[in-house]
Amino acid sequence: MAILIDNDTKVICQGFTGKQASYHMERAIAYGTKVVGGVVPGKGGRRHLGLPVFDRVAEAVEATGATASAVFVPPAAAADAIIEAIDAELPLVVCVTERIPVLDMVRVKHRLEGSGTRLIGPNSQGILSPGRCKIGVMPAHLERSGKVGIASRSASLTSEVIEQISAQRLGQSTAIGIGGDPVHGLGFVDCLELFFQDPDTDCVVLLGEIGGSDEEEAASYLKANRSRKPVVAYVAGVHAPTERRMGHAGTVNVFGQGGAAEKIEALRAAGVTVATSAAEIGQTVRQALRAA
Amino acid sequence: MNLHEYQAKELLSRFGVPCPKGKVVSTAEQAVAAAEALGGASWAVKAQIHAGRRHDAGGVRMASSSEAVGTAAGALLGQRLVTPQTGARGKLVRKVYVEQAVGAAREIYLAALVDRSLGRVSLIAAKHGGSDIEDRMAAAPEAMLQLTVDPATGLAEGTAAEFAARLGLDGAARAQAVEIMKGICKAFHDLDASLIEINPLALTNDGSLTALDVKMILDDNALFRHQDLAVLRDEEDLDPTELEAQRFALNYVHLDGNIGVMVNGAGLALATVDLLKQRGGEPADFMDIRPEATRNQVADGFRLLLGNPKVAAILVNIYGGGILRCDTVAEGIAAACKSEGLRVPLILRAAGTNGELARKILKAQGVRVSFADTVGQAADMVTAAAGKEAA
Repeated sequence: MAILIDNDTKVICQGFTGKQASYHMERAIAYGTKVVGGVVPGKGGRRHLGLPVFDRVAEAVEATGATASAVFVPPAAAADAIIEAIDAELPLVVCVTERIPVLDMVRVKHRLEGSGTRLIGPNSQGILSPGRCKIGVMPAHLERSGKVGIASRSASLTSEVIEQISAQRLGQSTAIGIGGDPVHGLGFVDCLELFFQDPDTDCVVLLGEIGGSDEEEAASYLKANRSRKPVVAYVAGVHAPTERRMGHAGTVNVFGQGGAAEKIEALRAAGVTVATSAAEIGQTVRQALRAA
Repeated sequence: MNLHEYQAKELLSRFGVPCPKGKVVSTAEQAVAAAEALGGASWAVKAQIHAGRRHDAGGVRMASSSEAVGTAAGALLGQRLVTPQTGARGKLVRKVYVEQAVGAAREIYLAALVDRSLGRVSLIAAKHGGSDIEDRMAAAPEAMLQLTVDPATGLAEGTAAEFAARLGLDGAARAQAVEIMKGICKAFHDLDASLIEINPLALTNDGSLTALDVKMILDDNALFRHQDLAVLRDEEDLDPTELEAQRFALNYVHLDGNIGVMVNGAGLALATVDLLKQRGGEPADFMDIRPEATRNQVADGFRLLLGNPKVAAILVNIYGGGILRCDTVAEGIAAACKSEGLRVPLILRAAGTNGELARKILKAQGVRVSFADTVGQAADMVTAAAGKEAA
């Protein structure tokens, strides 16, 4: 089992015919993901990668029964693409696009409220459930089917941790990239709730970084939920200079909040096992599972 | 994109936020002329650099004659100003802003930003602002007031008035505060700002409000729809290497150590820098290769590492996948080594898509490189290599 996606998830891709989208959707199909079509305004009626292309998301949903969308639309049009998917009542939208203006995401966030759509991203590497489904740009490489859930703010670090967990002969139930942007859809708390409800997840790994308050919110949530599955966390950026954007727009500190030390302290206080070294996250997960 | 105070004030004035009359100048003579043209009896002379806490570092000087304005400007211009936010090297002062001095009966803090957890624009304020606001906020967070702006309806007049009342403002000052809040919200929206901070917002003895200092950051990701604002970027104030890196689809931040670091992905790069520090290494930089980087951009990035004379060893940590493949990085490194020569030990950890191919490419190109299997091993190897070079 997995959260949010499974063998039956039917995926469409917005911005389907672009170079990046084509590359990754081809890999998703090869992985076994049920990709059922794409949406590119003005290109409706064509076929791409052997699949139908539609002008509008609603048309694509009606024709294919899609339940999820992968958004690869360029930054200037990405927010409207997400909103179109929300309006079409797609249950899951995964936005890979990076560099979307933050005020556009404020608009998206408002439209998400009260809708039935869950948004992953933007600036997300996507979501992967080993052997079942893959939406986004996450490499399929060393993942193994198993019982560790991962929620991460960073793409390449997720791959690193998947490798470390697999090297421990453990596997992943689902890995979710919540994205590196300041305003995003699903947060750590949402992922924790879903993983705690999932009978096939035994342990959750949170991969955080400086900036924002996702880690602190996760800590308050976990503090109030003491009897639960073990949670392991890692927070990148302990030695990063403050007030600088370190690659992700979400890493800038405002008012000295969002420092790695504060996040680690909050997580520890909530009973989370925090891995202090990026090289030892896999081992830490193994130990946490043993202790549980 | 950070704006200078003078740019931020000019923009904010357009949205009806009152600021003192001022002029930006780059010589002492111009400063004297500016003071005379502005009129008044006293002036503030303020260094225009991208760093807060200028006050603490002597970057803001008061003058009560035009000659004194010239002296203050002369003392600041051409100096490197070191504030708690500039790093040890400080920032070169190339421009000063001369403005009419305004006396404050009380200094208020008022800012607009995006509350990330709510995903909404919020106004943040405190009754008492000033340059030590961050410390006082940390000590007494409850003194910070917040008003979230409704994304559908915007800032409501009544809510703004209540908020102003909580800041201890009444009568004409309260009405003026509402106008200022509306102006800030409109500016935030129209300019695609990510921060507008007025600190302090002075309540003068005659009961009116004036923005004494303004900090404004615009959203880099939205500059595509603000061609007129993109020109405000002060490239001379950026670290030259960082500026160059921006052109190569690299995120680069200069650090002070001797281990050159190149990683794909921001999170893995942060984690790698942390790991080096834990193992006794001193990173020379934070370099995150963006996923769409080409072979040539990787080569240019690697040349930046080689061009830093302090670099004694280089660590490349790549987790291939997504869009960036390890072989693209290997080809870039090989090209840079061919043109520049590799003068320091190079440790490569290449995992994920085409990792094996990357190792083959570097070997075939005759690049002297040591391979690490894991990130921990890579960190140990490069730290040892840099230590040896330094000894």
